[in-house]
This record gives sequence, C-alpha cells and structure tokens, in this order.
Amino acid sequence: MTVLRTTDLQKHFQGVHAVDHISFTFRPGNITSIIGPNGSGKTTFMNTISGLHQMDGGAVIFDEHELTTILPKNIKNLKMTRTFQHVRLFEQMTVLDNILVVLTERNIFGALFETHTADHLKQAEQVLRRVDLWKKRNDLASNLSYGQRKLLEVARTLAMDVDIYCFDEPFAGLFPEMKKLLVDIMIELRKKGKTLALITHSMDLIRQLSDHVYVMDAGQLLAEGTAEDVLQRQDVIEAYLGQ
Amino acid sequence: MDYIVHLMIISSIWAILALSLNLIVGYTGLVSIAHAAFYGIGAYATAILTTSFGFGFASSLLIGVVVAMGVGLAMGLVLSKFSGDIYMIASTAFGVIAHNVFLSWDDVTNGAFGIAGVPRPTLFGTTLLENTHFLLLTLLLLLIIFLLTHIITKSSFGRVLKSIREDETAIQIFGYDTNWFKLAIFVIGAAIAAVAGSIYASYISFVDPIGFIVLEAVFILTVIVIGGLASNHGVIVGAVIFILLNELLRFIGLPDLIAGQMRQVIFGIILIALMMYRPQGLFGEYKL
Repeated sequence: MTVLRTTDLQKHFQGVHAVDHISFTFRPGNITSIIGPNGSGKTTFMNTISGLHQMDGGAVIFDEHELTTILPKNIKNLKMTRTFQHVRLFEQMTVLDNILVVLTERNIFGALFETHTADHLKQAEQVLRRVDLWKKRNDLASNLSYGQRKLLEVARTLAMDVDIYCFDEPFAGLFPEMKKLLVDIMIELRKKGKTLALITHSMDLIRQLSDHVYVMDAGQLLAEGTAEDVLQRQDVIEAYLGQ
Repeated sequence: MDYIVHLMIISSIWAILALSLNLIVGYTGLVSIAHAAFYGIGAYATAILTTSFGFGFASSLLIGVVVAMGVGLAMGLVLSKFSGDIYMIASTAFGVIAHNVFLSWDDVTNGAFGIAGVPRPTLFGTTLLENTHFLLLTLLLLLIIFLLTHIITKSSFGRVLKSIREDETAIQIFGYDTNWFKLAIFVIGAAIAAVAGSIYASYISFVDPIGFIVLEAVFILTVIVIGGLASNHGVIVGAVIFILLNELLRFIGLPDLIAGQMRQVIFGIILIALMMYRPQGLFGEYKL
C-alpha cells in the first residue's frame, strides 16, 4: 500500500497563500482528516495533490517517488482517486455508464475493441449495489437526488483499483442513512489497508472516523494529532468555530 | 421522380456529413466549424484525381480520405489541446484557411473557376449515369457509415467521448489522456466527411470553393442540431428535414435577388429557436 506525503507544499493565487508550506502524511490503513474553516485551503490542498492545480513549491511523495508536477491524467497511475467538493458526475450519461467509463481501457484502440463487457458489468453492479443505486442504473446522473449524486461519485472511486482515496466533503447534504452507508464504506476501505484522506466539517464524523487530524487555517497547519486532542485545543476552537 | 431521387441523394450526402460532425460535436462536445474543409478535401481529391490523373472513383475516394485524415491529424494536434469556446474559434480559423487554400491554390484547384467534368463512378464495368443507380451507391455508403458510427458510439471508446463532453477534467482524473481521444475522433470525423465530399463531387460533376465556405460548416452544424445531438438516427432525419426545408423555401415566392440570403436567415432563425426551446434537437440526448 502507498504512503502519500507532501513536503513544504505551496500553492498561491495572485499573492494569496492558499496552501502555505504544508507537510502532511497519509498512511495506509488510516483515515487522515483535514479540517478547518471555510477558505482555509483544504480543497486547494486536495486539488493540488491530485493535479487540478499545479504546485508552486514543495513536493508530493508517493512512497519514494517525489513529484513536483502532477497532471490529473497521471493520478490513476499513482494509485490515487478522488471525489469533489461540488459533485462532478457525467451528468448526461446513465448511472451505469458513469461507472463503466472508469472501468474501461485507457488507450484508444483498447477502448474501441474492448471485449470485457460482462466483467465490467459485474464490477459495476457490485459498486452500485454497495451504494444502493443499482435500481437507478438506467437513469441519467442528472436525474438523481443530491445525496444519490454524492454516493454515485463515491461508487465511481470504488470501481477504481487504487490505494489512495481522497474524499472532499463526501458527507455534506447526505441523509443520516446515506451517511451511515458512507461511514461503513470508509471503515471497510481502512480495513483493507487503503489510504484515506478526508475533508469534512462534521465533528461527530471526525471523532468517529479519523486516525489522525490536520487542522488548516489560512493555508497553514494550525494543529495536528488525534481528533480528541486537536478538537479540545483553544486555538483550533477559535479558528474553526469562530469562538 | 428524378427530382425525388436527387433530393434523396443530396439528403444522404448531408446525412453522411452530419454523422461525421455528430461524432465530434454531439458525442465529444467539441463544436468544430472546420468540417467543410474535410468535405472539400474529399470533393477536390475526387475532382482532381479523376479529371487530371485518370483515377477511378473508389481510388480517388480512398486517397481523399487519407489526405483528409492527414490534414485532420495536423489540425487535431492543435485543436485537441483546447475545449469550449477556444476550440470553436480555432476550428473556425482552420475552416477559413482551408477555404482560402481551395480558392487560391490555382495550380491544383483551379481557384475560383473550380473543376468541371468530374465523372460519375464506374463500378464493375458500369458507369452510374442513372441517378437511381447513384442513389443506391450513396445509400450503401450511408449505411456503412451509419453502422460504423453506431459501433464507435456504442463502444467503450464512445463512452469515453461522452465523458469528455460532460467533464473533461473529471475523466482525466480517472487516468484518461483525453487529448488522444479528441484527436482520434477528429481524424475519424474528417475521414467520413471526405467520403461525403467525394460522393458530392462525383454526383454534381463540378466543385468550386464556394461549396466549402465556413457557412457550409455552420449548415452541417444546423443539421445535427435539428436532428439531435448525439443521436445517429436523429441527424439523418435532420439532414432530410434540412434538404426538404431548403427545397420548400424555393417555392414560397421569395424574390430571386434575395432568395439565397433569405434561406440563410430562416435557417439562422431555426438554429436560434432550437437553442432556446429544444437545444437537444428532435431526437438528441445531449444539450449544448
């Protein structure tokens, strides 16, 4: 399994230090949460390690491979996948096609002449049943409810053969039963030794799930440790809760 | 009867054109205005090779396809780095360049005078002088291309194209180098458009640069918007509607001096109305 680390990672936007010399470690078999107030740089951090933003300094290290440039198309080969804060599905495609497309061959000729459809359907059925969306498989993704859309995005990551899962606010807007389903999925992934990076605002879920917590504020690391430790710190409470 | 056969041939040629552009616009979400260039390359290849070098229809068609693929590859290498508005603007620029090459490369294209006397195809020793025979050839090629586009769009490759259309960055995250997919479908679309051009030149027996102006590319786009983006059968219906409507407008008594312009105005209005009230067209699954 892959250890994901950042060393001195930096991302600037027109002079604003959105990610300011951040060095985090995400270990296999752990759920590592990143928390902080809105605008603290959590999503920018996740976008930078997944290649959506190009880093302005520092590095991202996958096991021993130190990278100073990451492109989105390369993160699959780095055994990583992610969800997005604002759900990004293939809206005018069916639920089933949203899964099948991540199972298919990555090269042109492979995709054109692919013959593994039955295997892919089986895998797609498994992940869609896991998030209770199999019966919606022929619906367009755009016709799903908000919570179902979030779950489909998670299902899309489950269909990938990767070691590192980055979840950006996956619980936002979910009904309690959907939250429980997602918690179970994350615990399963942890049991399998996968590396999980989680951004969430739910204090209960941070306590329930996190093996390690990083607190960000204004692009910088404010605190780190176990959930119980960091959530009791006065500076974290002040920054995070505005108290 | 011969008039109806003529309309069917023209509709079939436009259906082939529409099927090819639909791969790029409807399935991949890349609004290309360069398509008339490949239509023109196919037409000029057949016109030049059959009138000046004694080639037959089939070999001239194949050479036209290969040339269109080569030009499409060169254009596509640049275009595939773009998406959205920039893709459309850059492809328009390529369309303008292509038209001016047809117009200005006198030694090869005969410039504004065009090339006359393009012969009808000869297959198995029979020259298809009868329009009904030519229609059969056109319908056969339309059927082959319809099946080809059907296979492409229903394959895993087609599913990737749709995902590029929906969210290119999101599909990149899952390990796809989308530039190659965009390039591949652009080259395939160029090849099919060249087939339409080759049939057109052989049928009309004359080609000139006016037939391949940028406005022609807009008309092809209009056909797929009418019929339905990302619907192969829809764009064939769109081509038939487009040709029939065009013919109908001949009979509504527009003054001769402005008839051509008025037809363009009416198609412009139809395009705007569709964008406002039914952006996916009659049978489409995708809204621009």
